[in-house]
Amino acid sequence: MATADEIRELMRTEGAAIAENTQGFNTGRYDSVSDLEDYEDLKRAARSIKEDAIAELPDLLDQLTETVEANGGSVYIADDAADANEYIRDVADERAADRAVKSKSMTSEEIEVNEALEADGVDVVETDLGEWVLQVADEAPSHIVAPAIHKSRESIAELFNERFDPDEPLETAEELTHFAREKLGEQIIDAEVGITGANFIAADTGTMALVTSEGNARKTVAATDTHVAVAGVEKVIPTVADLHPFIELIGRSGTGQDITSYVSLLTPPVDTPVVDFTDDETPLSEFDSDRDFHLVLIDNGRLEMRDDEQLRETLYCIRCSACSNSCANFQSVGGHAFGGETYSGGIATGWEAGIEGLDVAEEFNDLCTGCTRCVNACPVGIDIPWINTVVRDRINRDKDAPGEWLVDGLTPDEEDDGAPLQKRFFGNFETVAKLGSATAPVSNWLAETTLARQTMARVLGIDPRRDLPTFERQTLVDWAAARDSQITNPERRAVLYPDLYTNHVQVERGKAAVRVLESLGVDVVVPPAPSSGRAPLSQGMVSTATDHAERVTEILEPHIEDGRDVVVIEPSDHAMFTREYERLLDEPAFTDIAANSYEVFEYLFGLLDNGASTDSLSTVTGAEIAYHSHCQQRTLGLEAHTVAVLEACGYDVVTSDVECCGMAGSFGYKSDYYELSMDVGDRLRTQLRDDGVQDRPVVASGTSCLEQIDALLERQPRHPIELLAT
Amino acid sequence: MESKRASFEGALEALGVTVASTTESELEAAVTEAVTEPAVGVPPDEAVADEAFSLTETPVTVDPTPVALREATTGVTEAELGIGDYGSLVLSMTDQASELVSLFVERHVAILYEEDIQPDMDAAVAELDERFNETGESAIIATGPSATADMGALVKGAHGPKEVHVIIVEEEA
Ligand code: SF4
Repeated sequence: MATADEIRELMRTEGAAIAENTQGFNTGRYDSVSDLEDYEDLKRAARSIKEDAIAELPDLLDQLTETVEANGGSVYIADDAADANEYIRDVADERAADRAVKSKSMTSEEIEVNEALEADGVDVVETDLGEWVLQVADEAPSHIVAPAIHKSRESIAELFNERFDPDEPLETAEELTHFAREKLGEQIIDAEVGITGANFIAADTGTMALVTSEGNARKTVAATDTHVAVAGVEKVIPTVADLHPFIELIGRSGTGQDITSYVSLLTPPVDTPVVDFTDDETPLSEFDSDRDFHLVLIDNGRLEMRDDEQLRETLYCIRCSACSNSCANFQSVGGHAFGGETYSGGIATGWEAGIEGLDVAEEFNDLCTGCTRCVNACPVGIDIPWINTVVRDRINRDKDAPGEWLVDGLTPDEEDDGAPLQKRFFGNFETVAKLGSATAPVSNWLAETTLARQTMARVLGIDPRRDLPTFERQTLVDWAAARDSQITNPERRAVLYPDLYTNHVQVERGKAAVRVLESLGVDVVVPPAPSSGRAPLSQGMVSTATDHAERVTEILEPHIEDGRDVVVIEPSDHAMFTREYERLLDEPAFTDIAANSYEVFEYLFGLLDNGASTDSLSTVTGAEIAYHSHCQQRTLGLEAHTVAVLEACGYDVVTSDVECCGMAGSFGYKSDYYELSMDVGDRLRTQLRDDGVQDRPVVASGTSCLEQIDALLERQPRHPIELLAT
Repeated sequence: MESKRASFEGALEALGVTVASTTESELEAAVTEAVTEPAVGVPPDEAVADEAFSLTETPVTVDPTPVALREATTGVTEAELGIGDYGSLVLSMTDQASELVSLFVERHVAILYEEDIQPDMDAAVAELDERFNETGESAIIATGPSATADMGALVKGAHGPKEVHVIIVEEEA
């Protein structure tokens, strides 16, 4: 795992360049996909092509082998990196190659083919300019699409000037690009072997698609007579026509361009003549096109991933990088912290767990906070946070249980007793909260003592700089039980779900929610209920989370049957009911709760839309307010409802659009991540301090967001429901 | 036809690609005007065009030597298709070295017959699917000049051409 020190160092040295570039990609993506009328249809089509292709993979591989061989090429299916490298070394050896030029490909990074060839004395030159910069600097890529994203123009200029000592020092991006183009141009035309990846390979014709913007893949293929394409077995799709959605989506998803400059559709060996670039006599067309083509398809754990119910989806990934770019933590630290041996960003956990093993995935898995900002960005609809959760669960299970004396009562489900102590503490926060309320205010006083904070820091890794929640003696459930419903002829009937924080800590927002619902004619009950399981789930304690899900359903189901709607204040719990429970519950139970649950403002929006009036609410005229929605709420498309209701009540609302507040549940409490959490939070702080925003009171929907904003700003934030209660 | 053409030209403009239109009989003049010498080229496929387009009456050296190619500023080739919604050109990879001529130059001049403009990517890929299945050929979907942002800002002309110019050949009135 990247230590707090390493994270701090990366934030300092690489963070700014990564943040600027990834945010630029995101802006491009939002603009570009908003121009696509059928964006969702394209994503669905892309997903279904990949689903089918992976399902039929063995047959497609057979078909592809036949076609490529019929075209005059060779196919080799390599079990692992060593096997692939041995084959490629033989090809280079047979060609008596002194130099291989290579266009960027993750799969060739995965097998480290450069080192293998260099051991044989073959000079391997990266032709992608970013990749070449890293080769010169002897650094590892930090992003799957833009490998040198962490390097600024200044640092590249410094590197080139030092290494190549040009006559005139290089300075501008133009100069640097031109210099690299010249240098690489000479080396490309001098090479014998061209190595490329393949983004997609159509089994019907043997046509492979290569996506680049520089044209280096084109040159790599055209200027050499021996082409080795290296790709994972999962890259095969049935037909050329199936390329359509991917061509539309891949550039937009990654760098936010509608399409990259070149999509090479090669059915090798290609007809382009192989020329001697020093020949001044022979016309181009008189050279023949005697070309060798080798397709090296790599398994390296992929076929096992295909049999793994949970990891299989990883194989649908088209390596577009949208999940990295949309990830708030990635924006701060980049792929040098948030990545493994080869892959980086959100989906890297799945890749590294599948091809390298859990130990590699573990090194960065905790950097996924499960905020779900990547979910809608992924063009093939992979539930990336879920893959991260599954891998976290497997890592937990791989561990020995920590000292029993510490964890008594912290793990209700013994299946999860492998989780490290810190994970168990946060995963079972329900127990802590119950105890905290029962003994408040003593618990609050006790928790703040120096001794307690030191112990928490040492034993549980809870950062002393983070304020702890203050438990209320009277829970929301107790308060509700002690009062009668105010409604005689209800318009609707609801059960307000008392989430952990609303029940024990933010009791005021719970009371406000009850009052607001009642003033709109809703009869409300607040029964005691277990916590949703969000906390254990985010610690990778899947079976404990499942247990919670089942107990929650037991409590809520009779109310649903009785005709009550489920209203949820905490967006991350609402997301549990409507998203994650699909993974934890059987289908009817999930459908029942998902279909009947509403985030509180979504519910209010529905009531107003159906004719309820804002008259009975607390309204204003034109008061200015700033609203920060919650990640999971935005993923579910529910931000707009809060804005609309606030506007209906007379507010002038501005919203934040940074990816995340940086807190994400327990994440910001952890000493290892506290500073990262604050760095991400800084982007929100900057927005909330912008001109025209800096004097607006702030409201936020999520518990973690409220805590983070409280730490970031002088202005104390509130839940928007508190504005509406009379 | 009009709307395909209009959206194609709009997309080209957004990419910074310049466009000229001409007719078959004026093509040589249009090519002459479009090139910066030294220029090399591959004449349009005879299956599409007649002998009039051999490019012999232009300053373009047809079927140059490799050294001449490397010294050339402009490369002239045909584009098989235009793609309306993206402003993309589909370039072939013939044994006449069209791939080298369109790539190893600073300025690529593409000759495109108006009837070969497809409305959108979907239609273009469907056509390529059919063709590739019949002929086993290859193609490049090229959209705008080559570009990179790897050096800290967007720069045109990374490995491939810095400028692209499209000559649309309309039917004679
Ligand atoms: S998981 Fe999805 S978003 Fe992430 S790189 Fe793969 S395809 Fe792109």
